Amino acid sequence: MSLELKNVTKRVGVDVYIHETSLRLEEGSFNILLGTTLAGKTTLMQLMAGLDRPSSGEVWFAGRNVTGVPVQKRNVSMVYQQFINYPNFSVYENIASPLRVAGMAQQEIDERVQKAADLLRLTPMLKRRPNELSGGQQQRTAIARALVKDFDLILLDEPLANLDYKLREELRDELPKLFAGRKCIVVYATTEPSEALLFGGNTATLFEGRVTQFGPTSGIYRRPRDLTSARVFSDPPINTARIAKKGDRITLENSVTWHVPKAAGVPDGDYTIGIRPHHITPVSQGRDASVIEGRVLVTELSGSESVIHFDMNGQTWVSQSHGIHPFEVGSTARLYVDVDQSFFFDGDNRLIGQDNRI
Amino acid sequence: MAKITLQDIRHAYGPDPQREEDWALKKLSLELSDGGAYALLGPSGCGKTTLLNLISGLLAPTEGRILFDSTDVTEATPEQRNIAQVFQFPVIYDTMSVFGNLAFPLRNRGVAEKDVDARVREIAKMLELDHMLAKRASGLTADGKQKISLGRGLVRSDVNVIMFDEPLTVIDPHLKWVLRSKLKELHHRIRRTMIYVTHDQTEALTFAEKVVVMKDGQIVQIGTPIELFERPRHTFVGHFIGSPGMNVLPCVVKGGEVVFAGNPVPAANAGAYKGNGKVLELGVRPEFVSLGSDGIPVDIVKVADAGRYRIVETRHKDHSIKLLVAEGVELPAQKAHVRFDAAHTQIYEDGWMVS
Amino acid sequence: MNKTVNQKAWFFVLPVFLLVAFNALIPLMTVVNFSVQETFGDNVFFWAGVRWFEEVLHSERFHAALVRQLLFTGIILLIEIPLGLAIALSMPRKGPWVSVCLVLMALPLLIPWNVVGAMWNIFALPDIGLLGRSINALGIEYNYTRQIFSAWFTMVLMDVWHWTSLVVLLCYAGLVSIPDAYYQAAKVDGARPWAVFRYIQLPKLKYVLTIAILLRFMDSFMIYTEAVVLTGGGPGNATTFLSIDLQKIALGQFDLGPAGAMSIIYFLIILFLSWLFYTLMMKDEAR
Repeated sequence: MSLELKNVTKRVGVDVYIHETSLRLEEGSFNILLGTTLAGKTTLMQLMAGLDRPSSGEVWFAGRNVTGVPVQKRNVSMVYQQFINYPNFSVYENIASPLRVAGMAQQEIDERVQKAADLLRLTPMLKRRPNELSGGQQQRTAIARALVKDFDLILLDEPLANLDYKLREELRDELPKLFAGRKCIVVYATTEPSEALLFGGNTATLFEGRVTQFGPTSGIYRRPRDLTSARVFSDPPINTARIAKKGDRITLENSVTWHVPKAAGVPDGDYTIGIRPHHITPVSQGRDASVIEGRVLVTELSGSESVIHFDMNGQTWVSQSHGIHPFEVGSTARLYVDVDQSFFFDGDNRLIGQDNRI
Repeated sequence: MAKITLQDIRHAYGPDPQREEDWALKKLSLELSDGGAYALLGPSGCGKTTLLNLISGLLAPTEGRILFDSTDVTEATPEQRNIAQVFQFPVIYDTMSVFGNLAFPLRNRGVAEKDVDARVREIAKMLELDHMLAKRASGLTADGKQKISLGRGLVRSDVNVIMFDEPLTVIDPHLKWVLRSKLKELHHRIRRTMIYVTHDQTEALTFAEKVVVMKDGQIVQIGTPIELFERPRHTFVGHFIGSPGMNVLPCVVKGGEVVFAGNPVPAANAGAYKGNGKVLELGVRPEFVSLGSDGIPVDIVKVADAGRYRIVETRHKDHSIKLLVAEGVELPAQKAHVRFDAAHTQIYEDGWMVS
Repeated sequence: MNKTVNQKAWFFVLPVFLLVAFNALIPLMTVVNFSVQETFGDNVFFWAGVRWFEEVLHSERFHAALVRQLLFTGIILLIEIPLGLAIALSMPRKGPWVSVCLVLMALPLLIPWNVVGAMWNIFALPDIGLLGRSINALGIEYNYTRQIFSAWFTMVLMDVWHWTSLVVLLCYAGLVSIPDAYYQAAKVDGARPWAVFRYIQLPKLKYVLTIAILLRFMDSFMIYTEAVVLTGGGPGNATTFLSIDLQKIALGQFDLGPAGAMSIIYFLIILFLSWLFYTLMMKDEAR
């Protein structure tokens, strides 16, 4: 059982919502759609669910062409950013509703609702109405409804976005456990790279209606195929600069030169370098560390880490490091770059070079 | 510009508060010094927005006094208090241009048009709105609109305090960074008192010089981000601040030594314990737990990759202990030992730090 | 959303389609049919081309009725829209009085149109009607069956009484939906009540006001029942609006050709003016 999009596109009038996309999601997999607002996550989900029909291309499910088969005829469940429950039903009836539609016997409904409620810690609230619950509990009810029946496909569209920070953390921890061992295909849309990382599974990075890369989450984070995927999958934003490489040295536009022995195999020429913020730190990480200096624009000190925004040849670069490093705004910061962890992108912004990372 | 003092403030939304739960804000006093960057942090329903509205004058407190410097402003309107506020959802005047929006608070106060123009241009430049002054404000993106809301607060030179009520809620994550650092930069530049309400610890800790942590209508701790991180006064603060939150584990104290599930654990404040608490716990942040060759034996249950570090969930008997391991460090397969950093391990009685 | 393979939905639409066909399309086609033919009875028709249209467009009687109609609609729009808005603004937003106000406002809308006409017919009678007698008692000569001004005054007053509530209810619903943050921001920005109205309430009510104006325009442009019951188009032809005139031609004189042509012109005027209102009010949204 797998869900496959074959050369699917979606156009509305002259606007292209989804450029030609092919994706294959396997049974029992957890898949993340990562991208900013309007990148096309929701449209892609609607195509998967059958809420919308592709302008061209086909949707296949379990070896069957299901293009144009409406959502009611597929075994699909959706959870939205807004907490959507039936306001006049009790939590019990809300969770039971997909089973009632399927015409299941009362005894089995009881068992299944009980099990789903236990998993989501809703058992004491079964008799209440949704408006008597907190936001977290309301969203738990919506998720329980997605779990109570053995759906083939469960789509979650930024389900944690409207929750308090700590509740988000809690549910983020619970969600993968809930789906573990199930046959269903889970698709989860989010705007937050950190969320994608913590879930693991597979990630598709989306940018302006295109899936730029799809594969195991940490693989994409550690080896983005191109600059766009690296940008989508970086929070804070990835630092970039034009460089000229010659031998085992690279030179930045402001004529700073770094030693890059590990990238010696890369052909000489002009590239864009991408450095994640946590690979620039105020503390030297090795003997042969590469140094960068810049005027400090903003220093953000949370209790455990320092985020330093500094000027790098007219661009704002960000360094994120462990510990407290109180740089004065306006002063010049001396920072160390872990060049071995950086990415080189060619003229077409594609990643090049040997796998010099984990 | 003023120092803000709240004296024995209490607030209830209902007409006749009797029980303790009727008070949305329990009795509290607070002093905010002039030019500071403050954050009010807490989960929804903790009273932080109520507190904000009391300071801005959108609400009048049921009890207590509010002073700006030495002037009693308890009954004063927001306009009389000279405050500015940025709301959760951007508020813009649809029919006006960006310029008109920024000029609105000045024109309402009868400022001469020549000064209005100069001031608006100066602020627009600061906020990088200067190239779109003639545009209709309703056509802007959410972050642009939020900048306008902020700009309307900044144009007035006489503002005592600028308040932010969860201003980044509708902003995309990659723009949050930009706007947040812009705010920080602005505060540094104009040194005006700013109060920022949020449930997001990252926003609070990175923006504020001092964070007021609230729970159930009460202030739990006021401190710098470093104090809150390293010495949370209450287990709630330890849990709420930090991601993941502090490990809170049951413990006993025997002969001046802290013991967790049979394992002696050094704690910074063990000596201060006088032995009168009902519930005794030790708190240690995942950042201060490390893997070692000896220490408390644990099983590794789950590893979550957060990119620059991994969150490792371990189990000792029935207790879950989380720790952070840096990117690239080798992890043992299942059995491991953990140790707690003595300087950053504290004991808590009935939730409060022993001191 | 796109069409699905499921065709069942058409069966659900079918009854509505038939209904519309019977009460709109077929009568409309009949009218078109009449408007281009000449008949002398016995169901014998001759082709007349656009003759009736030319005749109607050049008829002074039609011009006079159209001017009366435009004047009446203009007057009641000028009164009802600002008055409705003002009442909506002064209504309470919270508390027990909200429902009392809403019920009071809804009352006139619940009365059948012919009853409204009959009520005002009696209410305004100069000899026994409360309104008529009171005005005469003040020393102002008032008789709506004889004087043109009195007739118009009564007609406008009746329409305002009957329909301002609709504007009030629409505006009130619009006002209630404005988030509190806007008012708070205005307070913080030091805006006076006039500025709050001009820059927050009015822009936020734009859609609602457009709907209210359109509804009131279309309805008042087609006023018939109340006017016929109140004045019957008199005194003389002073309150003979387009619909009344049309009825006189079609059923009084049985001139089906001119009446058909007039109906179509009437319909096109309403369509054009509605489109004009809508485009003007929504002009800024296009960008």
